[in-house]
Amino acid sequence: MLHIKELHASIDSKEILRGVNLDLKLGEVHAIMGPNGSGKSTLASVLIGRDGYDVSGSVTYEGQDLLALSPEERAAAGVFLAFQHPVEIPGVGNMYFMRTALNSLRRERGEEELDAVDFLALAQERMKLVEMDQTFMSRSVNEGFSGGEKKRNEILQMAILEPKLAILDETDSGLDIDALRVVANGVNALRNEGRAMLIITHHQRLLDYIVPDFVHVMAEGQIVRSGDKDLALELEKNGYVGLKPSSVQVGATV
Amino acid sequence: MSAPTAAVGISDEVRELANQEYQYGFTTDLETEVAPKGLNEDIIRLISAKKNEPDWLLEWRLKAYRHWITLTAPTWQHVSYDPVDYQDIIYYADPRPKKQISSMDEVDPEIREMFNKLGISLGEQERLSGVAVDAIVDSVSVATTFKDKLADAGVIFCSFSEAVQEHPELVRKYLGSVVPYNDNFFATLNSAVFTDGSFCYIPKGVRCPMELSTYFRINAANTGQFERTLIIAEDAAYVSYLEGCTAPVRDENQLHAAVVELVALDDAQIKYSTVQNWYPGDADGNGGVYNFVTKRGMASGKNAKISWTQVETGSAITWKYPGVVLKGDNSVGEFYSVALTARRQQADTGSKMVHIGKNTKSTIISKAISAGHGQNTYRGLVDIRHSAGGARNFTQCDSLLIGKDSGAHTLPYIDVKNQTGQVEHEASTSKIGEEQLLYCRQRGIPEEEAVSMIVNGFCREVFKMLPMEFAVEAQKLLTVSLEGSVG
Repeated sequence: MLHIKELHASIDSKEILRGVNLDLKLGEVHAIMGPNGSGKSTLASVLIGRDGYDVSGSVTYEGQDLLALSPEERAAAGVFLAFQHPVEIPGVGNMYFMRTALNSLRRERGEEELDAVDFLALAQERMKLVEMDQTFMSRSVNEGFSGGEKKRNEILQMAILEPKLAILDETDSGLDIDALRVVANGVNALRNEGRAMLIITHHQRLLDYIVPDFVHVMAEGQIVRSGDKDLALELEKNGYVGLKPSSVQVGATV
Repeated sequence: MSAPTAAVGISDEVRELANQEYQYGFTTDLETEVAPKGLNEDIIRLISAKKNEPDWLLEWRLKAYRHWITLTAPTWQHVSYDPVDYQDIIYYADPRPKKQISSMDEVDPEIREMFNKLGISLGEQERLSGVAVDAIVDSVSVATTFKDKLADAGVIFCSFSEAVQEHPELVRKYLGSVVPYNDNFFATLNSAVFTDGSFCYIPKGVRCPMELSTYFRINAANTGQFERTLIIAEDAAYVSYLEGCTAPVRDENQLHAAVVELVALDDAQIKYSTVQNWYPGDADGNGGVYNFVTKRGMASGKNAKISWTQVETGSAITWKYPGVVLKGDNSVGEFYSVALTARRQQADTGSKMVHIGKNTKSTIISKAISAGHGQNTYRGLVDIRHSAGGARNFTQCDSLLIGKDSGAHTLPYIDVKNQTGQVEHEASTSKIGEEQLLYCRQRGIPEEEAVSMIVNGFCREVFKMLPMEFAVEAQKLLTVSLEGSVG
């Protein structure tokens, strides 16, 4: 469902992605690991259409040129990002925000919008997945949320918006072990044949809870190794030392 | 209610509104009786004679005029505009048909049509919505509803002109008691030439049974509008007053210099809410209303409370500082404001809180939004006098910038002469977050809708102070005013 070919991205003339190749099929869970600065989060940003990057190469999503779509069009096509640092939106109720989002997607897809009553029922059901209670919904979006609450709120949105491609950017960062378990359980419950997931993480820890089908290692803007879940364990033991792209000279200018 | 909840279900409507040009920009063709252009003592005598005013009022006007001609227009405000030619303005326009109106059916059909376009009904529908409307077209109040019901409660709610005829003793006692004739350039001009406005008197112990509402509209071309509003709440009385304003599109700039005076006696409470969406001018800054207004409340009795809530999205230039003089011990003053400047609009606005009585308390919450080439200045004064032991003020000024060409400025003046006074000031300026926008768009919310949502959230603290129907209208106005500010 997702084909990334020779994807390059630079910001202020600094090249961050240097030819990423990756294929995802529906139902698969891929993990991308790698040291800080290897380009993992940039990959997520480029996939959702964040401004400010010079991008070349191709990304085909469900047969469409993903790079030609605006962020909201990508969302309507089923692309979702659980943000690493979910932003606060003061004064905008969480419930209202999520209903507006869902109805924007439904409108774009030609589906009927949900009224407040139906939405509430849906939200209450999905909130159980991430062990959130009603009080979350009446607060402003992410405002005053703890780190763990913000991440759970991201997974709740994923559960409500039901994307086809879910990208989780460092969803485990800043979580204690209990919060990590809650988030991972939520994600696992959303794993199914109709959805692909791309899990970006710095640590192997998350992958104890969400077991991926494939693990990729990113370094200096490229995927340098791919394997199954055992690759993650190997990295845990040996670290990222020695993993460098073979085709690119370190320090080469663009 | 909370602001975002009120937006539920209006998104299609908002969308529709967002696609419109300034929607109140139609002109109604009324036969208008106008005075010749320009200002002199004869014009003032004409206005006074047309209104059949008592001599003392004419003398008061002339005193103001004679003072005004010694003044020059202020230049300290952070706005720029071409000087106003005060001799090129018509100071009196009367759209009233010659014959006396005895029932609603006799109201000029064109006037009724205009109010229908504005969504204001003067008929039976108003009774259902529970709002009494004192409708002003240009200078003369054409119809007043609900007077009987209010009269049963002892409330007087009528046009200013009518009050001069029917209740001259009250007008004479309070006119100029809060904003004196020589207060400032524009208030002095207003004192000389005001034509009409609203008058409201709530007797001792009465809670006004409905929210009072006035819709102002500037209609005839080249007509300056100089309303005068006076609201008096006697001991332990309560009133909530709503002021809504729209004006049709005009190429020439139009001057609007109103004066509003509020008087609250012991334990009385006045809540004054404004939604102002006068024509802001076009994208290049042509046309638009100059809104130079003096609004002040006198909390003269103990425990009196005066609240100003304003949502200002219109006018080419807004220049106003609704304030409260806290004279009575334990009296309370509040100011909640949303000021939006888009296109080439300029606003220099804020509040003045003057603490005189003991244990007086004031709150200022100001939300300024600048988009396009809009310039927004918060200018406020917190003045705690020697006599004001235990006085407290809390001020919060938040500015939100949209785009790279807009500006926000904060100029708080604080003067504390009593050591027991407590003053807190918080200020913030933020750009509408790229990150917030991306977050919304990633969830599928289109950019314009996302901006509107973020801005409405930013203003929530103020919107929740407005009566429900005004809060909904205010949200729509913000959305319309922000049209085209993105990207």
